[in-house]
Amino acid sequence: MNAPRLCYTTPQYLCRGTRSAMDYEAVIGMEVHAQIRTESKMFCGCSADYASATPNSHVCPVCMALPGVLPVINQRAVEATVLTGLALGCDIPEFAKFDRKNYPYPDLPKGYQISQYDLPLCIRGHLDIDTEAGQQTVRIRRVHLEEDTAKLVHAGDSSLIDYNRAGVPLMEIVTEADLHSAEAASAYLVTLRTILRYLGVNNGNMEEGALRCEANVSLRPLGTESFGTKVEVKNLNSFRAVRQAIDYEIDRQRRLLDAGQSVTQVTMGWDDVRGCTVFQRSKEGAEDYRYFPEPDLPPLTPSRAWVAEMRATLPELPAARAARFVEQYGLREHDARLLAEERAIAEYFEATVAAARAHTEPRGVANWLLGELFRLLREHACDIDQCRVSPEGLADLLGLIHQGAINATVSKQVLEEMFTSGDAADVVVRREGLTQLNDHAELARVIDRVLVSNPKPVQQYLDGKQSVLAFFVGQVMRETRGQANPNIVGPLLKDRLEKQRNR
Amino acid sequence: MQLSHEQVRHIAELAKLALTDDEVERFAQQLSDVLAWAEELKRLDTDSIPPTAQVFDLRNVTRPDVVRPSLTAEEVLANAPQRDGDYFRVKPILDQS
Repeated sequence: MNAPRLCYTTPQYLCRGTRSAMDYEAVIGMEVHAQIRTESKMFCGCSADYASATPNSHVCPVCMALPGVLPVINQRAVEATVLTGLALGCDIPEFAKFDRKNYPYPDLPKGYQISQYDLPLCIRGHLDIDTEAGQQTVRIRRVHLEEDTAKLVHAGDSSLIDYNRAGVPLMEIVTEADLHSAEAASAYLVTLRTILRYLGVNNGNMEEGALRCEANVSLRPLGTESFGTKVEVKNLNSFRAVRQAIDYEIDRQRRLLDAGQSVTQVTMGWDDVRGCTVFQRSKEGAEDYRYFPEPDLPPLTPSRAWVAEMRATLPELPAARAARFVEQYGLREHDARLLAEERAIAEYFEATVAAARAHTEPRGVANWLLGELFRLLREHACDIDQCRVSPEGLADLLGLIHQGAINATVSKQVLEEMFTSGDAADVVVRREGLTQLNDHAELARVIDRVLVSNPKPVQQYLDGKQSVLAFFVGQVMRETRGQANPNIVGPLLKDRLEKQRNR
Repeated sequence: MQLSHEQVRHIAELAKLALTDDEVERFAQQLSDVLAWAEELKRLDTDSIPPTAQVFDLRNVTRPDVVRPSLTAEEVLANAPQRDGDYFRVKPILDQS
């Protein structure tokens, strides 16, 4: 297609927040495509793990669309879709079918995509999201099941096709046009992604295209009910892109309307490099997909008993879990949310709380996770499920701190050592000789050494400068490689200094 | 029902087919005949029959999510008009997604 490539730059004086001739309300609906985490493809036994495979190595006569082949539905993909629908509060109708969506394109070997048209697996759901303007309910129109297309690589004077991705199970989640800002659209996506990851149906990776997003954006005069002409914005590969592209599109449409022009129904693509939306194609007459029922696939009739069975396997979802963390463990809401956001982390937290119950409050466990453990995970680019410190191992470390066997400074060092070596806390403490120094006589000797070699601060203290105490504590810690028990050092230090005064 | 030449060209465009004027004329006639036959069928009274997409009585035919061997890349590419390493090579595709 030789469509003109237009790029609208945003002059500073027309940026968001400037006054329009009229106040508009943005109306946004989202379509999310999520690759379903299955072993095999949607309609054949080829491996669905296309990302790491050499091109065209996960292909068979079915996904290549050779004549006479028959697709067969992947049971796990159906379960994953229904599970997602249930998590989003959808109805699961008693009858669902597949349809052919016809369009010729080289990434589509059959010349049509098997999708669901009028009778999808899941309908009429909702998702609660938190936006700057407060909590909002976004209605879910439908969740349906379809197959992914091949991957096209554009190489100068030709295009290259890898059919490994063709036929990978894909679910499409469509909202009603309930969102009114880029920020809310992004919040919706964040919340949805968390749920998909919780359910284990999608890995949430937007950059690699496992989770793809399109936004339908239109404007209408504030206070009116009818919809303006909508523009579809594609190629939103990150949360940042979602926010920027929608903001950009709202602004572009506002300027058109302010100038007395009308918005035309087109598909725009977000250009991440230039930071603008770019015309992709006109919608006029383009969407003539001639859907018809897929004759090769019998319909699905989910029984009520099976749906109930699926519902029973739903895990506790992030919002409910965070609320329970506040209620049950007395966590701050912010901390509870961070810990509930990812299932593996939430489970790690609860396992540690259980293992450390005898000596450490849940809040204390939360602080260690959100602080030191998260820092180590980040620094080592490590996921919690690869973490060599088990919940029980962390609980043991907290136990040592509680007993006074190690102090707070040393404990961080111990955790780091546990994290890299995989050894237990007491093993690390013994090997590195990090046991806390509680021996009064020995600490007194160290303190005296420190005082003798620092006559000037000693004099300052005697002259009434209390703040040098911190300096001395620091020196003692240094002398003992951080092992001195600060609760003993403090009083003892004061005692020895006061003795000098009386001399 | 008579299909116009314009409609035939539209259908050809959707299927990415290039038709000569003669073919447009011929297919307009042939497709109109097919539609006429469908019109004929529509005269049957189907009020008491639910919409039916399939005639065999199958439901819920699925397979377990198990990987089975694929073809080798050599087999897959054996009939490719053009290839580039393990890729199929086609004319450049721009825009659209």
